Amino acid sequence: MSQNLAVLYDNPGPRQRKITWISSIAAVLALGWAAYALIYKPLDDKGQLSMELWGPLIDPSNEYFVAVWERLGFGFRQTLVAAALAIVTSLVLGTVLAVLRIQLKHLLKRRFTGLSAVAAYPLRGLSRLLAVVTRICVEVFRGLPVVLTIFFVARGLPEFGITFSTLTYLVIGLTIYNMVVIGEILRSGMEGLPGGQAEAASAIGLSPFQTTRMILLPQAFRIMLPALISQLVVVLKDTSLGFIISYEDTLNIAKQLIGALDNPIQVYLLIGALFILVNYSLSKLAQYVQRRLARGSKTKQTPIPPDPSTALTAQATGGGN
Amino acid sequence: MRIKRVATLAAVAALTVGMAACGGDSEETTGGDKDFAAGSTMEKLNKAQKLRVGTKFDQPGFGQKGLTDTPEGFDVEVAKIIADELGIPASKIEWTEAPSKVREDVIVNDNVDLVVATYTINDARKERIAFAGPYYEAGQNIMVKADDASITGPDSFKDGSKKVCSVTGSTPAEEIKKYVKDVGSQLTLFDTYDKCRDALRSGQVDAVTTDNVILLGYIAKDEGEFKLAGENFTKEPYGIGVKKDDADFRDWINTVLEKAFEDGRWQKAWDNTAGKFGAELGAAPTVNRY
Amino acid sequence: MSVIIDNFDVFTGGFWITLQICILSAIGALILGGLMAVLRISPVPPLRAVGTAYVTIFRNLPLTVVMFFAAFGLPTLGSNADFLRIPVLDVVFTRLGTDLPYFRFAIIALTLYTAAFVCEALRSGVNAVSPGQAEAARSLGLTFIQNLRYVVLPQSWKAAAVPLGSVIIAMIKNSALVGFFGVVGDLSSAADQLTSAGGFPFIPVAIGISIGYLIMTVPLGMYLDRLEKRQAVAR
Repeated sequence: MSQNLAVLYDNPGPRQRKITWISSIAAVLALGWAAYALIYKPLDDKGQLSMELWGPLIDPSNEYFVAVWERLGFGFRQTLVAAALAIVTSLVLGTVLAVLRIQLKHLLKRRFTGLSAVAAYPLRGLSRLLAVVTRICVEVFRGLPVVLTIFFVARGLPEFGITFSTLTYLVIGLTIYNMVVIGEILRSGMEGLPGGQAEAASAIGLSPFQTTRMILLPQAFRIMLPALISQLVVVLKDTSLGFIISYEDTLNIAKQLIGALDNPIQVYLLIGALFILVNYSLSKLAQYVQRRLARGSKTKQTPIPPDPSTALTAQATGGGN
Repeated sequence: MRIKRVATLAAVAALTVGMAACGGDSEETTGGDKDFAAGSTMEKLNKAQKLRVGTKFDQPGFGQKGLTDTPEGFDVEVAKIIADELGIPASKIEWTEAPSKVREDVIVNDNVDLVVATYTINDARKERIAFAGPYYEAGQNIMVKADDASITGPDSFKDGSKKVCSVTGSTPAEEIKKYVKDVGSQLTLFDTYDKCRDALRSGQVDAVTTDNVILLGYIAKDEGEFKLAGENFTKEPYGIGVKKDDADFRDWINTVLEKAFEDGRWQKAWDNTAGKFGAELGAAPTVNRY
Repeated sequence: MSVIIDNFDVFTGGFWITLQICILSAIGALILGGLMAVLRISPVPPLRAVGTAYVTIFRNLPLTVVMFFAAFGLPTLGSNADFLRIPVLDVVFTRLGTDLPYFRFAIIALTLYTAAFVCEALRSGVNAVSPGQAEAARSLGLTFIQNLRYVVLPQSWKAAAVPLGSVIIAMIKNSALVGFFGVVGDLSSAADQLTSAGGFPFIPVAIGISIGYLIMTVPLGMYLDRLEKRQAVAR
């Protein structure tokens, strides 16, 4: 990135440096004034900066401080539990989905010539049907908002007589959505690998499943690891949707605290800062992992990494929420 | 074996006698001295020593969870009275949040044993669940800013210029739709009432409508900022939601309620919670046995 | 199924409101995201810092928190988002001009949130253009702005198209959240109300609402897949 930046404009000469300095100072002054006039002053006028509202959050000697932070800690633990469960199940199921779709693709190629026509045609039709159904399911669950998925799971499953705790509903809803996304990430990773590997594998007699399991999947995991970690960030953000089904995650606890202490802006600023911190660290972790992978690859001929747009596609598709 | 069995029986007998002796009128009675018909819901709950109650977590005075991990309020106290009569200590009650729109679902899906959540009795709901009570009679009202004299009742919304806020899935929301000229530009809905109160405070809406006691809770907390506009324009009897075909449980709860009306527990519950807002409890309602 | 037919106007009304929100937010996000992208690659360090800070903040916040700030923080700052009551747009997007500000707040929140992702998509597009192009432009004597305008940006569109499309699809899905923040009548709040207060059976409502969203997201998604395949071959 910085390489590109340097490319876009010449190394600044004396005149350019002066202009840059002047515009920098002007920009800083303008921003400072905007921050003061548009944010600080109106808040101050409405008394939002008083210790009465901020006290329970940041002042250890405040009477509510301990209770507030205990509740926040509880909510935060709930968020982490939901996120951990969701990411584990969606990783597992996403892998299964990706493998399934690759298998179905290979299955479609088979013509079952060994069997009689009576058995062959239905089998081919069946495999085609399976492939189409899987495709439809994937498209539907990618196209639905996560909010609605969670909402439908929580309202719909009881209609069939299945009742779980709110945590389970939240995890199921999140899993349905994320497993489809992760499945697509892995599948595009596996299909992006050089074709020669799959060909070599079939040349030495490996079945498609064995090829996937031993050769394609491990490499796809390594390549897609940064995108998968970004998906973890997405899952963490999505757990905040639990308030719709009354799951007591960080955001819901924040709502309850606001009900008691009546300081919405302050609490939400704190929660926002907390989320930013956690998610930012996770994103940095993803970047670190990506750098390490790029350095320490064992194969001499590294597989062509997917173009940056694919990773961002995967991220943005899921990274919406 | 036989000696062991005799010994166990003797121990149980001694324990029962002992607990019956010191049962009496303590606030938190432990199980063992309650006698219920075999197979009834009451007996099952007593044996399990666990009562699952659905209530609101965001309604000051009725059911609000703030800095503790159990809710507090009038509805909570009523549930505790019932638990007490079941022989279950208050600490063994499992509280679940039942926002307005899921109150029937949590009963039908057996997520809770009963729902005490500012739950208005009406016929549409009676098709899916049953009500014990009523235990309180509220009425829908409108809350406005203290210096606003332009809204005097639900008819003030007919000209289309005033904006009102309520909560999704509540009876007041459905009710006010009848008075509002254009739903899209006059009505806004949130999931909790305190969001409506914030909207009223900043002037995004002109009024908040729900049951008068909920409004009184907010009026009391934010002294002098808000006031009620006019009189209650509906009758909202609060009931306790239970499963539809459990007539015994319903009858039993009604008996408990009648007892509580008479022996002062009901009044005390009110005085400790919503009564602090200065609202009057009024006369005890007559329970509806159907 | 009769539920859908009886309440068809609720579904279509919801679809129309959701579509309005999506169109307005998409326009806003593209403009704001483009501005932020330019800030992030500009030679002035404070502007670069502003761009980076904006993207970091809004990519790591849950949309719920952003919506909350728009719906409750803005009023505390004294604003009713009246600047969005643009007279011309008011005619088509009727909710823009009403006194209830929650529609405008929802659009602001969605725009701010999506703009961060748009900025990143645009930047990935710019990075995909080979450096040789910018170097050649420089050697021809083009300034920074000219370089961007005539050489880099037109080429970056192709690479940025697919990520941008994904971001827009994600935004359409995120618009489901506005129903919980005061906007009455869009698809998700219609689902909420029909199943709770209306007491209608759940499955037909779920199918109806899902179709509403899928109409918007699936065709776009399939078009993007085709676009991606064509680009992969072209490369």
